[in-house]
Amino acid sequence: MSNVPADLKYTRSHEWVKSLADGTVEIGITDHAQHALGDLVFVEVPDAGRAVKAGEACAVVESVKAASDVYAPITGEITAGNPQLAGEPEAVNADAYSAWLMRLRPAPGALAAAALMSSADYEKFLAAEG
Amino acid sequence: MPAREKVIFEYSHPGRGASDQWPAEPPAAALADLPAKLRRARPPELPEVGELEAVRHFTRLSQLNFSIDTHFYPLGSCTMKYNPKACNQYAMLPELLARHPLAPESHGQGFLACMYELQEMLKEVTGMQGVALSPMAGAHGEFAGVAMIRAYHRARGDLKRTEIIVPEAAHGTNPASATMCGCVVREIPVNAQGDVGLEALKAAVGPNTAGIMLTNPSTLGVFERRIEEVARIVHEAGGLLYYDGANLNAILGKVRPGDMGFDVIHMNLHKTFSTPHGGGGPGAGAVGVGTRLMPFMPLPIVGKEGERFRWLTQVDLPQSIGRLSAFMGNAGVLLRAYIYMRLLGRDGMRRVGEYATLNANYLLTRLKAAGFDAAYPERRASHEFIVTLKRQAREHNVTAMDFAKRLLDYGFHAPTTYFPLLVPECLLIEPTETESKDILDAFVAAMSQIQKEAEQEPERVRGAPHTMPVRRLDDVRAARQLDLTWKPAAQP
Repeated sequence: MSNVPADLKYTRSHEWVKSLADGTVEIGITDHAQHALGDLVFVEVPDAGRAVKAGEACAVVESVKAASDVYAPITGEITAGNPQLAGEPEAVNADAYSAWLMRLRPAPGALAAAALMSSADYEKFLAAEG
Repeated sequence: MPAREKVIFEYSHPGRGASDQWPAEPPAAALADLPAKLRRARPPELPEVGELEAVRHFTRLSQLNFSIDTHFYPLGSCTMKYNPKACNQYAMLPELLARHPLAPESHGQGFLACMYELQEMLKEVTGMQGVALSPMAGAHGEFAGVAMIRAYHRARGDLKRTEIIVPEAAHGTNPASATMCGCVVREIPVNAQGDVGLEALKAAVGPNTAGIMLTNPSTLGVFERRIEEVARIVHEAGGLLYYDGANLNAILGKVRPGDMGFDVIHMNLHKTFSTPHGGGGPGAGAVGVGTRLMPFMPLPIVGKEGERFRWLTQVDLPQSIGRLSAFMGNAGVLLRAYIYMRLLGRDGMRRVGEYATLNANYLLTRLKAAGFDAAYPERRASHEFIVTLKRQAREHNVTAMDFAKRLLDYGFHAPTTYFPLLVPECLLIEPTETESKDILDAFVAAMSQIQKEAEQEPERVRGAPHTMPVRRLDDVRAARQLDLTWKPAAQP
């Protein structure tokens, strides 16, 4: 059973979103996603300052099985990509919820408009996906 | 099984060598032309072994090969179907081997005739109006095809058309080729039966649509049943249809992409037309086009005037997208494909398609009867099909990769694993037309045996292979700590 922390929000493409005190959000891939991908061998994160739209591919996670895009859950501006992951992609496998990929400042109103799920809904979504 | 063969450097002793391979001293004049800063201060660290040691090393390596000449290879035409030896034999005739690519046309009429006839046969078998042979492999052919689509729209002054639609069941190279041509890729979903979703397609097409790239049968191993409808929607929106010929083996001699409504196609001659292509090359990605794209074909093309053959040039096709390779492309590969087609003839090519699909459907039916889950159980297989081991992974913690590795112990090469990405824990199985019923039955027996092991002694499957020269490789560590350079051991 995947680990789905109750204090985060989730997307259908298996990203998690955490609201930070300064109004930005931290984004990563879920425990389910890292498990499905298997051992990661490469992670590419976006540069700070890049403007992204919700649903736009903005990071890449690659395992020996597959390469997958990570999508911006919310429209806004990237404030940081996690510099640790280029040299240490396995950090995502070790703890998907502390190894954030990027931080983003949502555009005005974008956070409310984003299609995010609660942890309970994401668990239901995972169960339905089988 | 033989033990792991050492790296050739490990056999090296200073001063040892094969006298006939010692390079001649370069003439002083040649050295004088090289600036001092570009000259080596000391000789490169090459292995120093005797001739017999080198022969034995490489012969032993070749004996470790798991090859189509020794084992069943359910990767199919996707990687390597059987290449009849006759194709190789005729292509190795000294008159063909010794032909210089810059020889005048009058000295190469025989070779040019072969290439001309190959173009004509490919037109006939695909239902296209023109064929160019020079792209060097599948993705190169895709690049040529999308470049022609763009050139077509540009020539009409329709500069907005830069979007290429790609269904999610397409080959990964399709979006890559479209991007290489400066197009924007729009992905559309396939439905639960594996067909392109027509509503999503209708929503995606418009005044910016350059075209759609489709593989039919798709990578899901099923035939796109509403292909005429797809063609109508895309054409009415002003786009063109690109056929990725990677799966042409399934329909050879039975259905023609030109008749389905496609405007351009690439053919992997190294797949369908049976030329050797292990280890990434050489390939041949000939392209075929309908009337609208004929002016834009890549050069060179062989033309015929009366009884004489000649290269067509920019003078003949002023709107050509240009040259994509030196000379004629991979001439040796093209020759082998030509000989293969001549040996088969029209009826033989139809039998390739029929037996490729018959073998796949026989194998699918028997595997289903043995308790395996087809990814698309309601659909008939094309020349390949997908089995999903999701249930085995859940119940026994034995994955598709474990099954694949264990098959090696039973004398079968693994099928394609974890592709397409849409299907979890999948094996993509393609037997091809040349396998006998005996072999297919033996493969089913091995799969059933592995299933039994997964239930009773899963560790045995998870630890496979047990009989190969190397055990399971740590591909994660290999990718994370990439190291391809041999370094001498520290001197004691």
